[in-house]
Amino acid sequence: MDTTNSTNTLIASNLTRLYGPNVAAKDVSINLKKGEILGLLGPNGAGKSTTMKMITGNLAPTEGSVHICGIDLIDKPLEAKRRLGYLPEIPPVYKELRVDEYLRLAAKLHRVPKRTIEKSVTAAKEKTGLMQMSKRLVGSLSKGYQQRVGIAQAIIHEPEVVILDEPTVGLDPNQIIEIRSLIKNLGKAHSVILSTHILPEVEAICDRVQILHKGSVVFNDAIEGLRQFRGGKSVQVSFRTPPTESLLSSVISGSKITPVRDGVFRVSGLESGQDPTDQIVELSVKNGWGLYELVGAQASVEEVFVELTNENDVTNNDNG
Amino acid sequence: MIFTIAYKELKSMFASPLAWVVLAFVQGFLANIFLDQVNTFMIVQAQLARTPEAPGLTELAVVPMFGAAQMVLLMSIPLLTMRLISEEKRNQTMAMLVSAPISMTQIIVGKFIAMVFFLGFILGLITLMAFSLLAGGSIDIGLVVTNLLGLLLLGMTFSAIGIFISCLTTHPVVAAVLTLAVFLGFWVIGLAASNPDSWLNFVSILKRFEGFMDGYIALADVMFFVISTAVFIGLSIRKLDSERLSA
Repeated sequence: MDTTNSTNTLIASNLTRLYGPNVAAKDVSINLKKGEILGLLGPNGAGKSTTMKMITGNLAPTEGSVHICGIDLIDKPLEAKRRLGYLPEIPPVYKELRVDEYLRLAAKLHRVPKRTIEKSVTAAKEKTGLMQMSKRLVGSLSKGYQQRVGIAQAIIHEPEVVILDEPTVGLDPNQIIEIRSLIKNLGKAHSVILSTHILPEVEAICDRVQILHKGSVVFNDAIEGLRQFRGGKSVQVSFRTPPTESLLSSVISGSKITPVRDGVFRVSGLESGQDPTDQIVELSVKNGWGLYELVGAQASVEEVFVELTNENDVTNNDNG
Repeated sequence: MIFTIAYKELKSMFASPLAWVVLAFVQGFLANIFLDQVNTFMIVQAQLARTPEAPGLTELAVVPMFGAAQMVLLMSIPLLTMRLISEEKRNQTMAMLVSAPISMTQIIVGKFIAMVFFLGFILGLITLMAFSLLAGGSIDIGLVVTNLLGLLLLGMTFSAIGIFISCLTTHPVVAAVLTLAVFLGFWVIGLAASNPDSWLNFVSILKRFEGFMDGYIALADVMFFVISTAVFIGLSIRKLDSERLSA
């Protein structure tokens, strides 16, 4: 969308996957442009991993096709897979090998020419911050470092398309920040698809987002679209001497008031563009409600999902 | 590519204590039997010298060791093949191999070749033991070579079956137990196949080895081993491919 070069590096069309009678993915289409980071977002069991397995050839789609740089993954799997790097949910590491040995193996498997293997290994280690770990056994590394080894393995052959399945799961906050900036850097030279169930993560790194729910794509837009969709939807206000819930809902027209805890309300159901902030502050001063906090809460993942799928079975009020 | 897989597999094998323990067990066990046989030969040597057409040192000391080696392979191959595929699935490392530009055939054949190298290692040690007799006597090298060939073919068939069973499960131990059960089944069939015309005799893998022990290479036996190896390798490839379609 905002890329100058609009060549598609990956086109997946109408991927459908059935497990017996269960539909794991239905009509999922993905177009990935060069240099783009696409986020696949969805609650657990939405079909993110299934979709990624189909794109990487780990699972044959019941219907649909995958083209990587114009090469059909089913007709010419070996040609297509050369242009692909994949980090599954669990990093595919051999714990009994050393980091260098493992990366050399990954390079050979991905057909990096013999002369450039050492160079590729070093480059991958530099990008993922593994230079100090070269001689360590993969099994002795922490989860965060094993994840990095997994990412290094996926990018060692400089593939056009990098696919990362939940790359930040199980990491501590510092590691998450590092991995995110690493992915952002990857997006400069490669096209990246990453899956996650964390909304802020998508907002932080992705150019575009597709939201999956029950195996289908329910949202597909640039990241600004998602921000607009999420933002300005609700406000959380806290009062020292709170008014009653009914009084509050009568003065702020067209809104839905949900009490969060004592004196704290969530004002939601607002149309985008409508901002009740001034109104609430004025009313508070006039009536002595003692407003001490007003937060522009963004819609949480759950709310976005509810909105997108028109389901009311979600009661979580956490703000994303 | 095949050799990249084979190399990786051998590296993993020797990085774990299992391979070393198996090698030590095989060597210790066979050396014991071998020495025992050599000892027996020394005792009866005088009598043998007076008997015409008497069995020689090779028949009395080396061949029984190869006979024991087939049972040792029967027990140790399940331990070596159990993790070849099942562990890749269990640790999710299979995804890396599958999404790399290599085919299922290359993966399976690579692993099989790693097993053949390992077998070669075991056979090499056994051969060295047999050849140590050259220091003080003479041995029938033709007979030793025939035995080696038979043992290699037997080990290859066992390995192919073990790899196939490893494809069926994600638990290495389950694979080992299943493989051992199948091998013991073949052993029982071999015991039951007393009538040479019975069909049991035809399918008994161990009976097929007996010809080689007598220094007798039958093309039918060689083909039996080669074909059964190929069949189980083919089945393994089919199994992995079908997992992509249905798992």
